[in-house]
Order: sequence, then C-alpha cells, then structure tokens
Amino acid sequence: MTTARTVLTIAALTLREASRRRVMLALGVLTVALLALSGWGFSRLAAESGGSALTSGEARLTASIVLNLVMFGFSLIAALGTAFLAGPTLSGETESGIALAVLARPIRRSAFLLGKWLGLAAFGSGFVVLAGLAQILVVRATADYWPPEPAAALALLAAQTTVLLTLAVLLSTTISPMASGVVAVGLFCMTWVAGVVGGVGESLGNEAVARIGTVSRMLLPTDGLWRGAMHAFQDPSALLQFGDEGGQAFPFLSVVPLTATYLAWAAAWVAMVWGLAAASFLRKDL
Amino acid sequence: MSVAEKPTAVGDDAARRAAADLVAGLPSAPAVWCSGLRKRYGRQQAVADVSLEVGRGEIVGLLGPNGAGKTSVIKMLLGLVHPDEGEVMLLGQPGTDPAARARVGYLPELFRYQPWLSATEVLALHVRLAGIAVTAKDQRDCLTLVGLAERAGDRLGGFSKGMQQRLGLAVALVAGPELVVLDEPTSALDPLGRADVRDIVLALKARGVAVLLNSHLIGEVERVCDRVVILDRGRVAASGTLPELLGQRELRLQLTDLSAQARARLAATGKAEQEGEWFTVALPVDDIGTAVPDLVADLVALGARVHAVEPGRISLEERLLGILREGAVARSGEER
Repeated sequence: MTTARTVLTIAALTLREASRRRVMLALGVLTVALLALSGWGFSRLAAESGGSALTSGEARLTASIVLNLVMFGFSLIAALGTAFLAGPTLSGETESGIALAVLARPIRRSAFLLGKWLGLAAFGSGFVVLAGLAQILVVRATADYWPPEPAAALALLAAQTTVLLTLAVLLSTTISPMASGVVAVGLFCMTWVAGVVGGVGESLGNEAVARIGTVSRMLLPTDGLWRGAMHAFQDPSALLQFGDEGGQAFPFLSVVPLTATYLAWAAAWVAMVWGLAAASFLRKDL
Repeated sequence: MSVAEKPTAVGDDAARRAAADLVAGLPSAPAVWCSGLRKRYGRQQAVADVSLEVGRGEIVGLLGPNGAGKTSVIKMLLGLVHPDEGEVMLLGQPGTDPAARARVGYLPELFRYQPWLSATEVLALHVRLAGIAVTAKDQRDCLTLVGLAERAGDRLGGFSKGMQQRLGLAVALVAGPELVVLDEPTSALDPLGRADVRDIVLALKARGVAVLLNSHLIGEVERVCDRVVILDRGRVAASGTLPELLGQRELRLQLTDLSAQARARLAATGKAEQEGEWFTVALPVDDIGTAVPDLVADLVALGARVHAVEPGRISLEERLLGILREGAVARSGEER
C-alpha cells in the first residue's frame, strides 16, 4: 500500500517536473507546427488527386507513406524527449543531491525508480498517442484517409517510446545524465538504420544483410514495434502497388504485421532491462 | 464458552497485560546504534571502523577534519551508502528496512531540492513520502520556524543558498521526527541563521528528539551537544560527554598578601602555577561545585586578598586539535 503510494507520488512528481520545466509546452508547440505542416501537405495532396493527377489508389499509397513519415517524426520527438528527460530526472537528481533528501525517506529505491519510470512512460506514451491521434484526424479531414488499425498503431508507438525510455533509465543509473541521453538516442537511430538495411537485404535476397535487421530488432525492440505501428497505419493496398520486394526496401512501409511472440519478447525485454536498472540503482552509493 | 475455558481466557488476558507491562518497562532502543561500519571507495578507506550510539533525546556532535568519514557515516546510517561491513539500527529497527526511517529527518550536506517546486510543495512531498499525517497548518508553522513563511509559495529556483538550507531544515523537521540528522546545517547561513539553528536544536532536545549534528563549527557543537564523537581517518578517535572529553577544569585567581598557609591551601586543591599575582589551579575531577567557593572562603579566612576569580576551561577546539595531533604523531611513529 505504502509502496503503491510512493510509486504514484514519484510518478506524479515526474509529470509535474515535465510540465513545470516547460517540456510539455515545447512539445506542444512542436506538435502543432508539425500538424499544421502535414495538414497543409495532405490538403495539397488531396487537391492533386482531385484534379485526377493521381488515381485513388496512388493517393491512398501516398497518404499512407506520408502518414508513416510524419508518425516517424512524432515517435522521434517522443524518443528524444523521454531519453533526454530520463537522464536529468534520475542521474541528474542523484548527481545534484536532490535524491539524497528524498531517498532518506522511508521509501524503497525500487519504488522510487518504478515511480520515475511510470511518470516518464505516461508522459512519452501520452504524447505520442495524443499527437498521433491528432495527426490521424488531420489526415482524415484533409485527405479523407483513415488507417486500418489506428488504436493498435498508437499503442505500438507508445510501446516503442516505453522501450526506449526503459533503456534510458537503465543507462541513467550507470552513466552521466548527458551520456545516457546521447547513448539511448544513438542506439535508437542505429536500430532504425539497421532495420532499413535489413529490409534492403531482404528485398535483394541477401540473407546476411537481412539478418542485421532481425538481430537489431531483437536487441532493441524499438524498430520492430515501429514497423508494427507502420503496418497498422498504412493502407493494405499500398503494398500491392509497391510489390513485396519494393515494400521491404522502402523505409516508410512495413510488409508484415507484428507477431504475438515479438510483442511478448518486447514486454520481456522491458521487464528485463527495468530489472537491471533496479539492480544497478539499488546498489548505488549516493 | 464452557466454564472450563474461562480461567484460561482470564489467564491469557493477564499474560498479555504482563507482557505489555514488561515491554513498557523496557528502556526504548537508542535513536541510532551502529557497530563496526566500514566503507571503501576504490583504494580509499573512507570509514575504517565506526561504532556509535545516540540515545533518545540526546544531542550528539560529530567532529573531525575534512575526509574523516563523517558524511559517509551519516549516509550509511540513512541507507544512502551501503556499508561494506557493519550494522545499523535506527529507532530500534534495522537500518536496512526503509520503515526504520519513518521518524527520521535529514538535512544533507549537499542540500538541493526540486527547483521547479515551491517551498510549500516540497514540504507536502516529503510529508507524503514519510507516510505521516501532518496538517497543512503544521507544515506552514514549520516554514515559519525556519523563517521562510513569506516565501512559502515561491519556486525554489529563486532561493539563495541560505534559504535553501533553511528549507532543508524545515524538510528535516516537518514529519514529526524522533531523530534528526543534520549534516553541516549552518554551512550557508549568516550568524543570525546560525543562532536560529542553535535555538531549533535546543527546542528539539526539549521535546525529546534525538539529534546527530555534524558540524565544522566547534563552538556550535560545544554549545548544544550532550556528547561528542570525534572521527579521524575513518575511526572514532575519541568520544564522550563534554566534561569527559575536556577533562579537568581550571581556576585562575589574582591574589595578593598570600601567607604560607594560604599557599598550602592552594596547593591542597590541585596543581597550582604562579605568574606574578595570577595563580592557575587545577580543580579536582570529582568536584560537585563546592571546590571554588570553599577555596575562596578559606583563602580569605587565611588573610589573602582576592582580586579576581575566573573559571578557565580547555576549549573543545584545543582538545580536538590535541586529539588529532596525537593521532598524527602515533601514526608517524608506527610508520617509522
């Protein structure tokens, strides 16, 4: 009971920090800018297809690709935001001494860490889900496109953000606040690139190159979850237009949906990495 | 219930009452008890072997040079640093259990609080984390006590160091503590602030709250502490009550017309030294407060003229320096 109260108190404190430090405001401004830009783009797209320069199939394909592209932008903002928030809020607090007075209270360190993680997860996931939902609505209003599985897609984006911030939490228990953000975002980008390289390998039938994507998706599940989200955002007919091989090589289309096994692996990965973070934080001398 | 069971039930009740009486009669566990604490950071042995105790309602000062391991000991007591060896008990509970810190207040040496919160919000946060019900009025009173009533709603980002340290003091005091650990509580305060802290510590003592005070300001420790523990190079170099540590007291007298009998009376009190008209006499250790008036009355009766009587005491500072120098000499002797 007291542990649950500690976790919720720390989670609420983390959200309050994000709001007071104007992180929410900054993200809000960026989101509105991106929404406005994409709204203008989609309305131009609709105007083109209205003038019959594009067939309806082509218009859906284009809308799918651009939607995935903009969603990638949002997931990148969420990933960068939480990764750079996790560093200062955890290792920054232990470095500056803010954690001393808090952890001298009758609370377990694991409850403190879980609260921080929960607050960051709520923040990151809340951001991608809200921004993503707004984007889907903008696309619907401007280009009359509605993705096949919007709820699953947004949930996968939230999961992707959670995976990255769990990694950032682990890093921030072991290295400095600045380094933890840089390393987490670096690994996120590397996995994405490895995924694209793997896709190219698959389309060329080169197994060794294809394996790069598979292995990186296992080591850090962000790219796998992102591909699942793209698959749920895009129009099923888009792949038919591209053909399977072309779709594999193209970074903003996904050929196959996620398997339940992969989702289970992602959940296990989060639990494992969180466990490592807790073990490292518990042993730390403040 | 059958008739046969009744006596047993009464017996149980009596046994329970007896047990409750027994527990009530036990002396309560000390506020702090630690034994054989050791901590090594890489090659540096920060704490070599520290055992100490702070009784309920007692004020204990922790003294020692920089790097003596004072802050490390405090952090080990509070579970912030894990000892390599040794045991800690706080208010009768093992220090490894976070619940032991429910009634412990702490002002860290490195006092920093969430700069995006207001002073009131910081106190509310700590009350919630302590899991103890404290009314909003009591929280406000706590801020008033440390002189921050007018800045209660302001964000900490604009606070000076001294104000942050005052807030840290309020945080340490807010959740009804039975033990307060203050690590350099006046490092950022002006003389007025230091006097405030002294008053607060004395008020805590009056309420039966135990205080462990780490301070560089020896005068501060000397004024408020019942007992002092001196650390040097990670070990307890000396500990005891102030009279025990400071040992004999002295008396300085300005005397003229001193007869031989009066001189003998002076020598009978303790070791005496003369410098012109001034005499310094060591007072007996077991003095119960009668030695000085008795001596003065006898000297006057023996015809001596008494111009001045001054109590002299070895200061804690002199004693501390003495202990640290002895330690250094002993170490250099061992090395040779």
